[in-house]
Amino acid sequence: MSRTVRAGTPRIALAGNPNAGKTSIFNRLTGSTQKVGNYPGITVERHAGRLTLARSGEVEVLDVPGTYSLSSRSEEEQLATQAIVGLPPLERPDLVVVVVDATQLLRNLYLALQVIETDVPVVIALNMVDLLEQGGQKVDAEALSAACGVPVVPVSGLRGTGLDHLSAAVDEVLTRDDGSAAVELWAASGPLSEDIDAVRGTLPESWSGQENPTREDRRARSLALWALLSVDEDDELRDVPTAVRDCVLERRRAAEEAGREIESEIIRARYAWIDEHCTPALSSTAPKRKSLTGRLDAVMLNPVAGLLLFLAAMTVVFRSLFSWADPMIGWVEAGFGLLSEGVVTVMPESILRDFITEGLIAGVGGVVVFLPQILLLFLFIGLMEDTGYMARVAFLMDRVMKMVGLHGRAFVPMLSGFACAVPAILATRTMERRRDRMLTMMVVPLMSCSARLPVYTLLIAALYDPEQTILGFMSVQSALLVAMYLFSTLIALVAAAVLGRTVFKGPQVPLILELPPYRLPQWRSVLRMMFSRSAVFLREAGGVILVCTIALWALLSFPQEPALDVDYGAQRAEAEQTLSGDALAERFEAIDAAEAGEVFRKSYGARLGKSIEPSIEPLGFDWKIGIGLIGAFAAREVFVSTMGVVYGVSEEADEESVPLREQIRGETWEDGRAVYTPLVGLSLMIFFALACQCMSTLAAVYRETGTWRWPVFMFVYMTGLAWIASFLVFQGGRLMGFE
Amino acid sequence: MTRLSDLSPGSAASLLEIGGDRAFRRRLMELGLLPGSTLRLVRRVGIGDLLEVEVRGCHLSLRCSDARKLLVQGESHVGTGG
Repeated sequence: MSRTVRAGTPRIALAGNPNAGKTSIFNRLTGSTQKVGNYPGITVERHAGRLTLARSGEVEVLDVPGTYSLSSRSEEEQLATQAIVGLPPLERPDLVVVVVDATQLLRNLYLALQVIETDVPVVIALNMVDLLEQGGQKVDAEALSAACGVPVVPVSGLRGTGLDHLSAAVDEVLTRDDGSAAVELWAASGPLSEDIDAVRGTLPESWSGQENPTREDRRARSLALWALLSVDEDDELRDVPTAVRDCVLERRRAAEEAGREIESEIIRARYAWIDEHCTPALSSTAPKRKSLTGRLDAVMLNPVAGLLLFLAAMTVVFRSLFSWADPMIGWVEAGFGLLSEGVVTVMPESILRDFITEGLIAGVGGVVVFLPQILLLFLFIGLMEDTGYMARVAFLMDRVMKMVGLHGRAFVPMLSGFACAVPAILATRTMERRRDRMLTMMVVPLMSCSARLPVYTLLIAALYDPEQTILGFMSVQSALLVAMYLFSTLIALVAAAVLGRTVFKGPQVPLILELPPYRLPQWRSVLRMMFSRSAVFLREAGGVILVCTIALWALLSFPQEPALDVDYGAQRAEAEQTLSGDALAERFEAIDAAEAGEVFRKSYGARLGKSIEPSIEPLGFDWKIGIGLIGAFAAREVFVSTMGVVYGVSEEADEESVPLREQIRGETWEDGRAVYTPLVGLSLMIFFALACQCMSTLAAVYRETGTWRWPVFMFVYMTGLAWIASFLVFQGGRLMGFE
Repeated sequence: MTRLSDLSPGSAASLLEIGGDRAFRRRLMELGLLPGSTLRLVRRVGIGDLLEVEVRGCHLSLRCSDARKLLVQGESHVGTGG
């Protein structure tokens, strides 16, 4: 955090509109010194890095979240103001580099003007000049510099040109005594000037910088302007004193009575200044060629071709998460399996060995196993962001996603949710607004992930007749599987619509999109994002997953040597006398599995399973299923192997295991009724579809939101939903006479 | 007096007033859509129900439902757009 930086290291902030190319300039300037963290108390990523200048030495560079204006409505938008003006808890930078997209010059200058108004030393990085010239326009950097009173340096973040000049200009301004703009900015007159003075009078002491009076004067004026534009009855700003609020609202009311609109007066004055002083720097030339972006968009945004291309792109993403990641996941699992076997061969059997193999190694493996999908998903997201296609995805999907209150960009995370919720939750980062991100994150785990598939497969295969068809052509088994996927998607969308209107209800923000020009991806930045996201996952979610795996292992492994009801030693002795060869080996195996089953059924975890039986009985589940549900917390597919152990079949049982299916069909309640009926199977599948049976998902949400509040909320609402749905299915089905 | 959403692609008009709530008006004004500014409708995007608008030489896209809140006047055809 900036507060801990030692005094004397100059701080520069990098500000700019979204899509102005700020990130690539930041990457070019800071290279490998970047650090990704969070702003204090808010889940917005904070990117900082270092840059070494000839005269000023090492400086800290902070990447300020992209924004069109300093005025704000939410606490995340407020960050830009805090970072640039230096409001607590952030410190004032020594210089702000405003990255300006030359192809959208005047709109970008609106932000630059606001930053200049705060009287911080400014350097303008004029990005994408080459694109502007291709489109038949030219901007005179010197004229612009003279108009704004700050250095203007043409750069290309894409090609990496002009960055030396940018660094030199920054160095120059940093080592100068007074870096404030030397030009006359717009001045408020008459009633507006009175409004500004009135609000200025209410600004708290903590907002003032310790600077000389002239500079403090301009800074205070810009804070008053910020308050006049930002404060509203229903804003979500934090730490705005009541005195400031009341004054702004009072002034606004009075102005409206007098037929004035304060906001409009301020914004008009700014644009009038920009139109008058900066527009002359822009001149038309002959367009070199029709822009590539225009030609591409004619296809990409075409209702037919665009949609087909989009579907093709999404198919690749989806397929890759399922099939391409699969061999890699296999390697990870095989690798950790080998490691575990190695430990087994060198260590004598003991609780410590079990802890190492089943707790520690399984836990680390359970974290690393997510990497293939995370890396692949971020490779695609990086490519789509970098080429400019992601902005089109938001465009194409807006209408559909808006119906349930989701952002167009939520499409990719939602789709990824079919593979695994963990990378999908990490992928919500592509959305700028916190509300959009949170809403997507909360519903993504409802999408039917690949870990649910083995559970569905086992239950469907064990409980439904493969010969039976529905509508004459589709087997009931496959119809059920399709139905589970449709059901989960539908519930996810409904949940989004409901949560978006209740928990995540926020002020409506109009969708304003920019279509950035298409360009070739920069592999360096794509790879950097892939690896930094994965590292953050390993570091921050990995620990939680590891601890949970160990806790779950302990729960299901203790007590170590419980008193057993059956004398397995006697059984073995008897077998030895009556059988020999393969038959004996088989019998031994069966006895071992039965013993392991009983030990397991006496563990603390199993006791927990028994203690929850009353709560799951109305859903048609017995306590053994309860143990399976607890075991499934490690990952949903673990349900299958847990049931294998519980029923004394084999630890290695998978969803294709015939003995496990038979065991499932043969399970009875104490009164002899079958435990698993088709209705119970359905109830159990519905429970799995909806319940938040996944500690890794909860760990990922914890990592992304930075608090336990949201994982707890997610767990409670999903599991509650699952319980209610299974209850309705089971009890309703019974009332209707189904079994 | 016409709604922005009713303009035909390629035509331009002068912005008369922005409806909607305060935050919406403020945001659009800050993006350069001030009463009196000349807006040009660049194109409509069929599937997305979106409009691309040019103002002060800058491009941005709005939902049709939002663009209905913008009233314009003096429509003139300035070219085929692009």
